[in-house]
Amino acid sequence: MKKTIFSSSKYRQYKSKLFFYAVCAFSGITMIPLFLIIWELLKKGYKQLNLSLFTEVSPTSMDAMLAKISNEPIPGGILNGITGTLLILAISIILAIPVGICTGIYLAENPKGAFSKLIRSLSDLLQGIPSIVVGIIVYAWVVKPMYSYSALAGGISLAIMMLPMIIRSTEESLKMLPASLKEAGLALGGSYSSVVLRILLPSAFSGLFTGSLLAISRVMGETAPLLVTVLGASVVNWDITHPTSAISLLIWEFYNDPNLAPLVWTSSLLLLFLVLGINIFAKRISKKWKIQ
Amino acid sequence: MENTINTNNDKYILELKNVSVAYTPEKKAVEDVCANIRENTVTAIMGPSGCGKSTLLRAINRLHDLYPEIQTTGEILLKGEDIFKMNPMKVRRLAGMVFQRPNPFPTMSIYDNVLAGYKLNNIKLSKSDRDEVVENSLRSVALWDEVKDSISKKGTFLSGGQQQRLCIARAIALKPEVLLMDEPTSALDPISTNRIEDLILELKEHYTIVIVTHNMSQAARISDNSMFMYLGHLVEYDTTKQMFTKPKDKRTEDYLTGVFG
Repeated sequence: MKKTIFSSSKYRQYKSKLFFYAVCAFSGITMIPLFLIIWELLKKGYKQLNLSLFTEVSPTSMDAMLAKISNEPIPGGILNGITGTLLILAISIILAIPVGICTGIYLAENPKGAFSKLIRSLSDLLQGIPSIVVGIIVYAWVVKPMYSYSALAGGISLAIMMLPMIIRSTEESLKMLPASLKEAGLALGGSYSSVVLRILLPSAFSGLFTGSLLAISRVMGETAPLLVTVLGASVVNWDITHPTSAISLLIWEFYNDPNLAPLVWTSSLLLLFLVLGINIFAKRISKKWKIQ
Repeated sequence: MENTINTNNDKYILELKNVSVAYTPEKKAVEDVCANIRENTVTAIMGPSGCGKSTLLRAINRLHDLYPEIQTTGEILLKGEDIFKMNPMKVRRLAGMVFQRPNPFPTMSIYDNVLAGYKLNNIKLSKSDRDEVVENSLRSVALWDEVKDSISKKGTFLSGGQQQRLCIARAIALKPEVLLMDEPTSALDPISTNRIEDLILELKEHYTIVIVTHNMSQAARISDNSMFMYLGHLVEYDTTKQMFTKPKDKRTEDYLTGVFG
């Protein structure tokens, strides 16, 4: 009898250890793709990584071909892509953040209303819409009526894609706040709007900021909706009504041109570091500004 | 039952007439409470868990208005004026509240926490007036000497007892007529509890205090009058001395002697 109990407990210990190692092993496996991607991009992209990448616009196919013949590195950079990405993101931030935060406040404050349930499910559906479909819709709504591809159209399509994430993160951050905070504000005679603006939003700021940053990093590398809304440009453009370029669009263009192919890796490396940087920054902010 | 403690020259600051609060139409948490509360007294509301003490207290500053499903009926007069006919924001300015758990605003400094009421009500003060309000309020709660050198630090860095005194300072900064306290010491250690109790006795000179407590000895120590509530009804309302020595109702006696609780 004693022996049975002993062997059974040993078996259970063995099983438990096996499970632990299996969990560790699979967790390790999830890191492999990221490291492989970074390694591959670094290996192939470092050759073109120089200052001109940030100061010059993208080269033409002819420039690249001449450089190739004379065995020199491809001239030019991706300045038009960097500025384009910044311009499009700025437009999408201006459009999506106020709308997303206000919607999030509404959902957090009226969690059970029928209208809230409708908005919540629509927002979830919006998140599931393929990005190219968003692009096509914005093409029909903005590009066609304006008779021009534009940074504005790109910004609108990215704003639509950012919205669900901002709404959800605002709602969740506000819901995390204790109810007593709102009651304390109202018990001092504060109006509803002043309690929301002066107490609830600042208290949830770290969550709102992090959520917005993650939404930005999520749409930063989007290519499909930009293909049909901003088109691309070989020059630096700051006019929101004109076609413009973006890093992700340049990667697509470089991919389609054998002469420019080496630039694919460098541009991808830069885009990856930008996205990773924003993610790490968002994590640090959320830790640092977390309300006690 | 008319619950009025008769003394000469009575001046009632709060008059509760048939106050009922219902969370659902079938279930009343507080039923037909009538009571008059005199100025500059401490009134303790006692009773077992779920008897409606906090619900009654929160009816006095119309905090139930935040939850549309809660129905409050009856009449509550604050200085003779029906609070249900007043602007709720005004009611809450006149009836300050201190909650069970200390809840200083986490993004604000100690200084700004004390002035939060003014900011939320968009009352503009000059720098010297602001400094004066902060110093006076913090002195009233005996916190000034402890925090005067770290006044710009966040209120949440203080200890639990200090945070609760900060919350009292925040409530009295607006100079309310009545101070409602919902078990203000239940989350505090005995030393902090003692300080808050001493503070309540000092604040009585300037404010009328209504305090909910489940701690009978606390009610005995600090209150002038006591209410005993049971299953949503106000069973007995009398001077604390009378209630603790010769309770009129059997249920009060049973509660005070520990038969149930």
